[in-house]
Amino acid sequence: MLSTILSRLGQGCIVVFLLLALTFVLIRLMPGDPFTSDKALPPHIKEQNEKRFKLNESNLVQFTAYLKTLAQGEMGISITREQPVTKIIKSSFPASAILGIAGIIIAVCVGVPAGILSALKKNSLIDYGTMILAMLGISVPSFVLAPVLASGIAGNIPFLKVAGWGGALDWFLPALTLGLATAAYLARITRGGMLDVLNQDFIRTAKAKGVPALKIILKHALRGGIIPAIAYVGPAFAMLITGSFIVETIFQIPGMGQHFVNATKERDFFLLQGVVIVLGVLIVIGNIAADIALVAINPRLRETS
Amino acid sequence: MSFTRIHSIFILLSLAALAGLLGSCDSQTPVERATEANILVLGNSAEPAALDPQIVTGVIESNIITALFEGLCGQHPSNDGKHLPGAAASWTHNENFTVWTFSLQPNGKWSDGTPVTTADFLYAYERILHPEFGAKYASMLYYIKGAEAFNKGEAKDFSGVGLRAIDSHTLEITMRAPIPFLPDLTKHYTWYPVPKHTIEKHGGMLAKNGEWTKAGNLVSNGPFTLSQWVLFDRIECKSSPTYWDAATVKLSGIHFLPISNAYTEARMFYNNQLHVTYTLAPELISYSKDKYPENTRLETYLGSNFLRLNVTRPQLSNEHLRKALAHAVNSQSIIDNILQGGQEQATGLVPNMGEYKAAKVMFYDPDLAKEHLKKSGLNPAELSLTLLTTDKEAAKVIAEALQDMWRKTLGITVNIRQSEWKSYQKAMSDLDYDISTGGWIGDYPDPTTFLDMWKKGDGNNRTGWSSEQYEQLLGTAELTEEPVQRIRALEEAEKVLLSETPIIPLYWYTQCYLKHQSVKGWHPLILNNHPYKFISLEKTTSSPKP
Repeated sequence: MLSTILSRLGQGCIVVFLLLALTFVLIRLMPGDPFTSDKALPPHIKEQNEKRFKLNESNLVQFTAYLKTLAQGEMGISITREQPVTKIIKSSFPASAILGIAGIIIAVCVGVPAGILSALKKNSLIDYGTMILAMLGISVPSFVLAPVLASGIAGNIPFLKVAGWGGALDWFLPALTLGLATAAYLARITRGGMLDVLNQDFIRTAKAKGVPALKIILKHALRGGIIPAIAYVGPAFAMLITGSFIVETIFQIPGMGQHFVNATKERDFFLLQGVVIVLGVLIVIGNIAADIALVAINPRLRETS
Repeated sequence: MSFTRIHSIFILLSLAALAGLLGSCDSQTPVERATEANILVLGNSAEPAALDPQIVTGVIESNIITALFEGLCGQHPSNDGKHLPGAAASWTHNENFTVWTFSLQPNGKWSDGTPVTTADFLYAYERILHPEFGAKYASMLYYIKGAEAFNKGEAKDFSGVGLRAIDSHTLEITMRAPIPFLPDLTKHYTWYPVPKHTIEKHGGMLAKNGEWTKAGNLVSNGPFTLSQWVLFDRIECKSSPTYWDAATVKLSGIHFLPISNAYTEARMFYNNQLHVTYTLAPELISYSKDKYPENTRLETYLGSNFLRLNVTRPQLSNEHLRKALAHAVNSQSIIDNILQGGQEQATGLVPNMGEYKAAKVMFYDPDLAKEHLKKSGLNPAELSLTLLTTDKEAAKVIAEALQDMWRKTLGITVNIRQSEWKSYQKAMSDLDYDISTGGWIGDYPDPTTFLDMWKKGDGNNRTGWSSEQYEQLLGTAELTEEPVQRIRALEEAEKVLLSETPIIPLYWYTQCYLKHQSVKGWHPLILNNHPYKFISLEKTTSSPKP
């Protein structure tokens, strides 16, 4: 088991490095630079600023310098914000993490039971109804759902704000927006997983032995049926806690998602590289956590690993 | 853990949640609470790049910096043309506006109690102009004698720059030419003083680490001080007890919220979370005018929207074709049907300001457009032009309207090329376009803020156009001591620019936003720089409700 985790960690490091290298190259291939603006900089000022961030050096020199900065535990200075990238990430990660955790709780609490219910009531009205709702959840984009929730719910309930980040009540609608889309996927995945397991011989045997239905579902069927959902939840969780640009801008949340879009638009090389590293690391961790959970649930995987 | 214990914990958590919920069930709206606390809550579009007046370049930062710092002259609350005492109590100039003397407020203090002296101004100006500092907006001080040469590294000694401390509270500024609008310039944040003693403590003159502008470190000389800066969430300022004119300041504090989504900002206003919005999306103007007539503000703004024509392109080097394109544009139709923000159709580039009368050269005249096309000798069917614009939805609609006008009036097919912001700017800088949308917001209320950019080689020209006659007229204006004659020379220069049509002015901007009725002392200003010290909040019985 330990060797599997170590091996996955090694692969994860390679993935993150490749991701960083690719981001480094692609952002620099985009037209314009961090100092391109509507009010043109005089050439001597532009040159001075490029020198300050070593952008006048070759890409190889810049990449090597950046790796050295990373080795020192820093991620450079944001070109457009004049702040250390680590400070920006540290200040915006908590909001995204809170939102992501709340979102995933909603997703699991709604999606998994809905998937189980749908599988148990296969081809019934409940099944069709749940799957139609799940398809709607997948199809309705967050930029539609979020304003509808903000105006429709928060606009009519005095203690809910349409946007803003303060108390726990402010988490509710953005977490719901994030959670419902993930819940929809989870419901479909759980349903598929459960249907596979419910048709297995050991379930029939348990039924024949007179094991109570609830025990069959929770102890026997769910253990196998939940496996695809767990494999999905790991990376989905990583994506959720690194923020969503749309949900953050619609609900005015000081999270990390905005940096992926804004840093790209503003060609803020160091900020983009920083947030991509964080995302990459979290996805690797999410995958490893999902693998460990799968091994813990499925004894056959334990033997293989 | 026993069932009873779990049950107890569950009940306790539920009670705590209920208490939290009830606690937040306040009958007051956030705006009402803020009004009661005398705190103005403003939408401010985005997180500021920095709060260092000598690093930043944008309006977003300016909105905060003008609360924290103050320049030599102060902004009048309702008249852009008037200058009030600021960090300077009074000022004089010589006959030809080349030497200005400012007497600083005798009781002017930084927020830590240290007196504001001429040393702070000299330090600030040396810092922004220092070639190694790389201040992006250093050119705003090029009006000072020797400043440009020092900034470009051509002169090494700062003592050669036209600045002199006569004593600790008297500053003399020698200009490169007659500059009658210097008081306007000093209201711009690039001219603000910075606290030498604080900056030296946090890395020195050339450090750009932002340490001195952190909450707790930042020392300012304006009516407010920085109390909290939560990145990407809010900036909170409170009134400064050491400000020389603290008795005039009515607000206890200001909160700036970086709301980047205009629809979110409007929703927050409609739900009483904001006193004033930063903007109002064009799609919401009609709705707001209808549902919130008292709160919807459409005010003249010192900005001009225009099309650039790349005169280095063979087809567009033909002046008649450029004029044909210009007279085929019905910008009033764009204002009425797309923008709906009360913008004014631009008859020239520079809007009316003070003595300067806007040119009346650009107008919609389909017959004249056709006549020019005929004179150009070009066959419209063979013309192939592309209009470069940004990736915004409104930009696309405007581009389609222009495309339709040119097709219907001239029979010219113009393709639309939408680019994201940086690519769009790069294409313009590289002259990699035929026709491009563009705009310019004035930094100060003087025509030169719009006219200087069309000089040959200026980075903002981006049309490939230049004219010796135009530059001669600008030069004449700069050397003219008599203010009215100077303005006439600038008007002549603009006529030259427009007669050769490297640009097609479309409309003069308005500032569209929403303002709560509790905000008093907030008047229309063409630079939209509202001096916060004159603003107050009054409890109102009504709230914006549709």
